[in-house]
Amino acid sequence: MQQSRRQLLRLAGSAAVLGAAPRLIVSPAEATPAMLATAIRNVVGEAAIHTGKVKLDIPPLVENGNTVPMTVSVANPMTADDYVKSIHVFNEKNPQPNIGNFYLGPHAGRAQISTRIRLADSQKVVAIARLSDDTFWSATVDVVVTLAACTEEVL
Amino acid sequence: MPSALINVPAKARRGDIIEIKTLMSHIMETGYRHTASGAVVPRDIITSFACRYNGREIFRADLYPAIAANPFITFFTTATESGKFEFEWIGDKGFSETASAQITVE
Repeated sequence: MQQSRRQLLRLAGSAAVLGAAPRLIVSPAEATPAMLATAIRNVVGEAAIHTGKVKLDIPPLVENGNTVPMTVSVANPMTADDYVKSIHVFNEKNPQPNIGNFYLGPHAGRAQISTRIRLADSQKVVAIARLSDDTFWSATVDVVVTLAACTEEVL
Repeated sequence: MPSALINVPAKARRGDIIEIKTLMSHIMETGYRHTASGAVVPRDIITSFACRYNGREIFRADLYPAIAANPFITFFTTATESGKFEFEWIGDKGFSETASAQITVE
């Protein structure tokens, strides 16, 4: 830390000599609902997204956004000709709209995945499932986060 | 030190649907944080996870910075034959780890 501060001062000094203002903090752009929509379109293309089949289990009130348990399950049989191909999870207000893509197959037996995610703010979380017939199903949950996942300073 | 925790049932009956739980210790640095001096902490995340069952891929995931540190992922598969599950995590800065687990199917 000491050293990095010294390096920074040196850098700032040399920048001043060059007459350029040192650009220090570039705050990350928040993902916007438009970015969310774009990220979703990148996955589904022009296909219609139906509501239903997908169940997104996530606590509605989260104390710590750094680790939020999440389970996505899809009420669909897993047979050779009717199964869930993939599950995609998105958020609205993290710096980036994607959370994860999970690829399954008919042998999975049950279309369900769990993981732990980060949420930088109270926001919507969207899960979309792609079935073997290339239809898309979604579920959306609003989550309130009291302590946001840290996107600011490292101690 | 990277290390994995894997939970796969040691035994299953043929046709059983089994749950597989995996955890890989990893900082999952988002690339959106700054040091006190304002420098961006470079991104360092696991970007991909895959599981193979006797050589055949049964599950794959793309991970983003929104996955919490020490990625914990669970999923299901159908026990079809005795053999080996192989797990692979790939990430930034050349991160690559593997783990495996045996299952006996009766």
